[in-house]
This record gives sequence, structure tokens and C-alpha cells, in this order.
Amino acid sequence: MSLFREVTKGLWKENPVFVMVLGMCPTLAVTTNAIYGFSMAAATTFVLISSSLVVSVFKRLIPNQVRIATYTVIIATFVTVAHYFLKANFPPISKALGPYVPLIVVNCIILGRAEAFASKNTVIRSLADAVGMGLGFMLALVALGAMRELFAYGEIFGYTVIPNWHPWAIMVLPAGAFISLGLLVALFHVISKKVKK
Amino acid sequence: MNNAVRMILVLIIVGIFSGGVLVSVHNYANPLIADNEDKALKDAVYKVLPDAKNFRKITKNGITLYEGLNKRGEVVGYAFKAGGFGYQGEIEMIAAIDPDLKELKGMEVLGSSETPGLGAEITNEPFKKQFRGLSVLPEITFTKEKATGRNEIQAITGATISTRAVVRILNKEIGRIREAL
Repeated sequence: MSLFREVTKGLWKENPVFVMVLGMCPTLAVTTNAIYGFSMAAATTFVLISSSLVVSVFKRLIPNQVRIATYTVIIATFVTVAHYFLKANFPPISKALGPYVPLIVVNCIILGRAEAFASKNTVIRSLADAVGMGLGFMLALVALGAMRELFAYGEIFGYTVIPNWHPWAIMVLPAGAFISLGLLVALFHVISKKVKK
Repeated sequence: MNNAVRMILVLIIVGIFSGGVLVSVHNYANPLIADNEDKALKDAVYKVLPDAKNFRKITKNGITLYEGLNKRGEVVGYAFKAGGFGYQGEIEMIAAIDPDLKELKGMEVLGSSETPGLGAEITNEPFKKQFRGLSVLPEITFTKEKATGRNEIQAITGATISTRAVVRILNKEIGRIREAL
């Protein structure tokens, strides 16, 4: 597979949210608007890329029996870095995302990519895979955040799209997250089928 | 090399490396985080005590108050933090009371997770402004009708629980301040 396809598979064919349905907890919890979705995905992408790189560089040195423990320590380190960075430089976003940044450590996309990809592939391929998966996660979270923000407040990224919109409170509540995710997954598969034909 | 020794060595090295990274991140981020918290507190205190030019932290009988001073160094009021359980989660507020502990000078919500569109109205101006000049004698009350009493606020339609929580939290904290001073 070419390097370019290694990146794009994460965006579409193996999208972590729409196809593999991984990382549902942050996907549903923090996407009340597009900015939070973007920030969450950016932090996750940083951890994903860094840990995939480290794991693929040192894959030969890590004994098989303790690989998961080693990956977990590596991932937890990068998660803490991301958490402190956000807290120091973007306090309002850090406050809004709450526990979900530290919880990246248990995001199955990251351990999944370390175990299924980075530990078996070259550094360059692992990088391409992590970038693709990160962007795919970002695509999903921004789409979901933008959709909920639009119907909840008539805004996207804080900019008014529909003036005088009557707020739909349900869209920022958990129910709105499930409804939006369901609709987006359906839309995703309709487009996928059309493209295949 | 013996596999067991290798496992131990790898884990030790990863642990040391990770510890080193965490120490440097901590050293970089902690002063910034402390600054942010400091700034957030200052902003909040000046918001609830608009006539204060300066403030200092005082602790009396286990209660922390932020004593606001005007240009001439006179006490214009005390800002205090109050928190408790709302409808869905913790409501964290900062409020200010006049030096005689008779009326509130303002209230701001620092953090809450009330229902958007209903309970979350506690963070909006129409609700918050009711606390400016509100008498706390004998204590704050709320009504579902139009507020008439000097110590009365009007509850948010559809969010009586959130309103009650705010009033209860403030009354409790004011009671503790009265005892402490």
C-alpha cells in the first residue's frame, strides 16, 4: 500500500469513528461544539502520532510479554504532556474538556494502533497511519461538533450561521450526541456506497 | 540476554525516560497553570466587587474571604467562593457581600453542568443581576412569581431545582461567614 493510501485509509475506509466505532466516549461526550471537538481530536492526534512513533522505533527492543505495559507507559506519558500543555496555555478549553483529556490514555484507537500497526510496521508507515487515523478522528469529531452546535445554537465554530435560531437544547445533551452520531454514520455509509458504485 | 532480565531492563528504562519527560513538562507548565488560576481568581473577584481597586486574601476561623479595598483603602466588601450540588453536578460560584453582611454585591458562576437552556440560565445576566443589591436578611428566598421582597429572587422557569441549589448554597456560605466574622 502506498504511503498516501496509508494516510487516507484512516480518513475514510478505516475511519476510527464511523467505520471502526472506536473512541466513542470522547466522541459523544465533548462534541457539544466544533471547537471542543477539534481540540479533543488535536490532543488525541498528538498522543497517537507520538506514541506510534516511539513504539515503532523501539519495537524490536520491547519484549513481547511486557509490550502492553510498555505501550501504556509511553501513551500515558504523552497524554500527561498534552493535558499539562492544554492546562497551561488554553485554560478555558482544558476546563471544558475536563477529564476527557487525561482519559485519552484509555482511548482504544491509540493502544489499538500501537498494537495492530506501529509494533509491526516501519517508522514512516506508522507515522502515516497515525496521521491518517488522527485526521479521521478529527473529521468525525469536528463534523459531530459542528452539527450539534449548528442545531443547538445556529452557530459553527462560534460564528452565527443561522441568525435568530431558536436553540434546540437537546442537541447539547447526551441524547443529541447519539442522534447526531447515528445520522452521521448513516450519511457516511450512504456516501461510501455511492462512491463504490 | 535472559528474557526476564530484558523485560525488567526495558520497563526500568521506559519508566526513567517517562519520569524525565514528566518532570520537565511539570516544570514548564506548573508556573503557567498557577498564573492562570491566579488571573481567573482576580477577574472573578473584580467582577463581583466592581468598586474594589485591590483585594487581599484573609482567612478567619477556617473561612477564606477576599477582602476588597477601594482607592482609599476602605473595605468595600468581601468576595467568597461557594459551591455545592446542583441539578446535574457541582455548581461553583463566587459572590460578594457588603462589609455589614447585609446585602450581596454580585454573583458569578465559575463552573456548573446544569441543563443547557434551562438550569444553565444561572450563568446568564438576567439571573445573575438579581443578586446585585439583594438583601440577605434574614436569608435569600426565591419565588416562582415576580420577586417582590428585598431578599427575594425570581426562579428560572423550568429550573426550580437549579435556582433552589444556588440559593441554598449561598445561604449556607453566608451563614458560615456570619459565624466566622
